[in-house]
Amino acid sequence: MNGAGGIVWLRWHGFVLRESLGLSLAISLLLVVLALGARHLIARPGQADSRLRTLVEVLYTLARDAVAEVVPPAHIQRVLPFISTLWLFILVANLAGLVPGLSSPTGDLSVTAALAVLVFFAVHAYGIRAAGLRAYLRQYLSPGPILLPFHIVSEITRTLALAIRLFGNIMSLEMAALLLLLVAGLLVPVPLLLLHVVEALVQAYIFGMLALIYIGGGLEAAQASEAATPRAPAGPAITNKKEST
Amino acid sequence: MTDLHLFSIVSTVVAALVIALGVFFPALAMGRAISAALDALARQPEAERAISRTLFIGLAMIESLAIYCLVVALIILFRNPLLEYLLK
Repeated sequence: MNGAGGIVWLRWHGFVLRESLGLSLAISLLLVVLALGARHLIARPGQADSRLRTLVEVLYTLARDAVAEVVPPAHIQRVLPFISTLWLFILVANLAGLVPGLSSPTGDLSVTAALAVLVFFAVHAYGIRAAGLRAYLRQYLSPGPILLPFHIVSEITRTLALAIRLFGNIMSLEMAALLLLLVAGLLVPVPLLLLHVVEALVQAYIFGMLALIYIGGGLEAAQASEAATPRAPAGPAITNKKEST
Repeated sequence: MTDLHLFSIVSTVVAALVIALGVFFPALAMGRAISAALDALARQPEAERAISRTLFIGLAMIESLAIYCLVVALIILFRNPLLEYLLK
């Protein structure tokens, strides 16, 4: 288990750079460089129908359609960058485990916990920005004040579940490949590594999709206050809360 | 048989039980969820996107239960906090 440890890359005056942190930073840098490079290449004249542009537009349309299904149209442009960054980062981080000598940063609980905390704050930031502080906080009292503790517990457990789900999936895949290598021998875990590719895609999709649904749930307070009807804005908000544990 | 023997036997058996039960019930739940989704898909093929999205999210929720069991089993096997009392 490398939950708490991991390989140390660098030691310098009491600072320790472990593989998970170093590799996450490297992946972030790689994504930034790729994004800037793609933008530079596309912006050149005469690139209206190049292959790179088609590829980038297909990816963008996929992500925007997925976001548009959950989030109200006014907030798509604000939520889309966050969600697609999550998708890209987690996908690349999951796939990094397939490179020989590296292990996935998302197989470390610290990295997934950081991502989950990011989602936790993003939900409230988007919700408060859309609805205003009072209307957003009133959502926690929505059917009645007696449900306030349940709302708070669900906020905490769903963040915890988000972190542990990604960590457990990636760590268990790597561990299963390792155990199979010990038991069966060289080249036997290769089919399992093929499964790793599928699992990397699915887990990245699910993490981003859950973050999107949580953000959509936070934005519902804004819609309810815009409607400003006396009836309780109960229905969708509660069903979103229920599936969170 | 010392305490350590008993401890390792019990924790191994418990870890095996945890992973067996923790896979059995989520597998049942996933099967039911998938069959319900297939029913809905056969009835309304045009709602495929919404159904498959909800199915994926639901399967992830159910799967995380099995993952919790896996994490607990691994803690019992490798990082058992109670082991310190025996080794002290």
